[in-house]
Amino acid sequence: MDRRQFIQAGGAAALSCTSISTAFGQDKTPIKVGILHSLSGTMAISETALKETALMTIADINAKGGVMGRQIEPVVVDPASNWPLFAEKARQLITQDKVVATFGCWTSVSRKSVLPVFKELNSILYYPVQYEGEELEKNVFYTGAAPNQQAIPATEYLMSKEGGAAKRFFLLGTDYVYPRTTNKILRAFLKSKGVAEKDIEEVYTPFGHSDYQTIVANIKKFAAGGKTCVISTINGDSNVPFYKELGNAGLKAKDVPVVAFSVGEEELRGVDTKPLVGHLAAWNYFMSLKNPQNDAFIKMYRDWAVKQKLPNADKVVTNDPMEATYVGIHMWKQAVEKAKSTESDKVIAAMGGQTFAAPCGFTIKMDETNHHLWKPVFIGEVRADGQFNVVWKTKGPVRAQPWSPFIAGNEKKPNSPA
Amino acid sequence: MLHRFLRALACVLALLATPASAALDPALVAQLGAEESDTRVEAIRKLVATEDPRVIEILKALDGDALALLDNGRRAVIVSGGQLTDAATGSAAGPAPANLETVVINNRIRGEVGAALAALRLGSGDRAERLAAAKELQGSDNEDALPIIERAMAKEADPEIKGILALAGASLALKSSEPELRARAARALSATDDPQVRQLLATMLARQKDGSYTEADESVRAAAQASLNEINARLRTTEIGAALFSGLSLGSILLLAALGLAITYGLMGIINMAHGEFLMIGAYATYVVQGIFRSHFPGAFDWYVVAALPVAFIVTATIGMALERGVLRWLYGRPLETLLTTWGVSLLLIQASRTIFGAQNVEVENPSWLSGGIALAGGTVLPFNRIVIVLFALAVLAAVWLIINRTRMGLFVRGVTQNRAMASCTGVPTNRVDMLTFGLGSGVAGLGGVALSQIGNVGPDLGQSYIVDSFMVVVLGGVGQLAGTVIAAFGLGSIAKFLEPWSGAVLAKIIVLVFIILFIQKRPQGLFALKGRSAEA
Repeated sequence: MDRRQFIQAGGAAALSCTSISTAFGQDKTPIKVGILHSLSGTMAISETALKETALMTIADINAKGGVMGRQIEPVVVDPASNWPLFAEKARQLITQDKVVATFGCWTSVSRKSVLPVFKELNSILYYPVQYEGEELEKNVFYTGAAPNQQAIPATEYLMSKEGGAAKRFFLLGTDYVYPRTTNKILRAFLKSKGVAEKDIEEVYTPFGHSDYQTIVANIKKFAAGGKTCVISTINGDSNVPFYKELGNAGLKAKDVPVVAFSVGEEELRGVDTKPLVGHLAAWNYFMSLKNPQNDAFIKMYRDWAVKQKLPNADKVVTNDPMEATYVGIHMWKQAVEKAKSTESDKVIAAMGGQTFAAPCGFTIKMDETNHHLWKPVFIGEVRADGQFNVVWKTKGPVRAQPWSPFIAGNEKKPNSPA
Repeated sequence: MLHRFLRALACVLALLATPASAALDPALVAQLGAEESDTRVEAIRKLVATEDPRVIEILKALDGDALALLDNGRRAVIVSGGQLTDAATGSAAGPAPANLETVVINNRIRGEVGAALAALRLGSGDRAERLAAAKELQGSDNEDALPIIERAMAKEADPEIKGILALAGASLALKSSEPELRARAARALSATDDPQVRQLLATMLARQKDGSYTEADESVRAAAQASLNEINARLRTTEIGAALFSGLSLGSILLLAALGLAITYGLMGIINMAHGEFLMIGAYATYVVQGIFRSHFPGAFDWYVVAALPVAFIVTATIGMALERGVLRWLYGRPLETLLTTWGVSLLLIQASRTIFGAQNVEVENPSWLSGGIALAGGTVLPFNRIVIVLFALAVLAAVWLIINRTRMGLFVRGVTQNRAMASCTGVPTNRVDMLTFGLGSGVAGLGGVALSQIGNVGPDLGQSYIVDSFMVVVLGGVGQLAGTVIAAFGLGSIAKFLEPWSGAVLAKIIVLVFIILFIQKRPQGLFALKGRSAEA
């Protein structure tokens, strides 16, 4: 066989291979998905872990044979905590990199920024963070909690005898859309429970606020008027100075409990937790939950951290948005397999009703119509080691109400994307 | 027969040796781990009533996550260092099995345990323990505690503890059915600063819907009114004091953040956008020193902050000098290029720290002497870490002032900033002076970073949140003036703190910025302007 013959034979073989695979519809090219999380800037503290979780989940799925026999190829971009850049990067992912779905965003403002892009180009976004609701888009699947899956049950718990029978409520948040909307819902909810206007105080701080002396002093003063709890929607870096001030001012959890909606295991890594024992957080997943799925999930992430040589790999923790990312990617995989296609419309149609045995210990379901997950609600108290003890939980997964009944005008809104 | 006799004898002996332990019902102890909180509270109260000395240990274990249930919840054990002790008897129960789950408690139980422990500890022989117990009982509204408090008061010799107990007893006695007792309690309470008591007194004086007073008896009302006035007057003073202090504290933090910049920008005229990152490096140096102390000198852990000061200073000063030699010296007299370059350097440093230490904040623990605070009237607390930071800021300020005004090096610095060419002619090594001055400025920023690590986040973005404030302080104070920087820092701190109570934190920040804009319009050179020829240089 001379060289020419060899090349001809090789070419023919290659040709026949392609034709065979096309004949059987066996596309072996990788499926591209986008990962849109800030790896620099203020949100990097929270979002970097989500990128790692997404890469880990994809590597795991790939190792087990991929999706419909095809490997998944993640395309990671860094929108740098810059909201307009989120939209730009999303467009780049969909049009240039040709990703079929994107996993990303943390803050509501970043989600609002990319929404028009996903609608225009008809692609799919999986959003893994608890948020304020008031949104239901065909192109988005919300794997984090809606207010009725986090804020409302937590407030109910604080009003119960077990939670300390709070009579006065100090709503403290960072000044942007999520805390403002959540507090609007909570205020309406508290009023419906007969709490008087003078027993609710609403206070906001700018992003990155670091001096909580006056606010903590005010909380003390407010607490003198009856059993008080603080409902904190403080986001990001401000939490550490807030909790340090609380600890130093001697406000103990058994006197004035603070329940936070944005503080999880990851955020507590930067804090000395001993003075915080007993303060609360409400989530749909805690790392301390004991069940086989969670054990496997934690082990997988620890191994991944060691393998990727992440900083402080021996101390990595898992948290709620990480679990939501993990669940979201698996549900996307299942939907693609059910639809036998990666086309947006077919996948969206196949998403409703998908179920997955999640690390939260329940088999949770994507709602048939409203694009939100059914989720169990847990309330945890901070332990001295920075983990949470679950002190209250719902019996099973709760259906999300993206349109809160506590906001006027929501009754008429349909529970499915328009 | 003999066998049976011996067993009976053993039982009697056991009873004699530890008479109280035998009184503890293991089922009652195990009830501490019951599902229902009500059941647990009942168990705690019953256990306290036994006044058994073991109860303190059991409740401490429950509070410290060290109580576990065995044998399907029928036997409670205390876990300590991998070994089990039977909670009811105190006898050893072998090594702890793997995955033993301790009993989880919530805030309600924690409060109950705290009050129970306090009541039990009132009988302790240790004065500090009794004092802590008395303070714990002050806020309690558990009327069952009244007899315990009265009994302890009768025995108590220490006047301080007795005073606290009297107040705690009085606030419980306010609910008594006898007007005479109530009036006496109300009078006694004028000495308390507990805000809850103030609330109690105010409720007594309030009118109900039908116009009648909550407190029916006239003389009791008069006593309550008098006490309330006295308390209010005292509280107003402490409130003003606390506001002043928080202004001072915020000012000292601004000063620490800005002092380094006052040297590099104020004296040398370098618009150093990487200044915030020197603060960050100082804070990370604290974190690293903390880690070294934790693993190598755990005994001296409390003093790691002190050791971190020179480390932070040297590290940041070295990086600062390298930056000056490597980059900035080529850019003197070109402020715009300097601004862009240092901004680039700041991004570099942020990303470098993110790569080395990770994107997450790292934990810097307050040493025990920096935790807690001095309690003032009305529950106001002046935290130790803030007091220390105020003093530290003043110490750093004094040191910088001495260096600039009292040393040969300082003389050179002033000479070079005022007239570089002339200084050079008289033999001042201007290059070296530039390097050392920038090193000093950076080092001072590093010291600021150590202080900031004690009150806020330590993360890659730490510097970003202080850079704007630092420039604000230096510009407002007047470039080239330490005194201006000091006054601007404390002034801005106090204004922000006095505005915050009535405008909210968001608006306070805006008002301060508007104020600065207006002020700079009026006095572009800042509070203190340099006079003379050097100003035009």
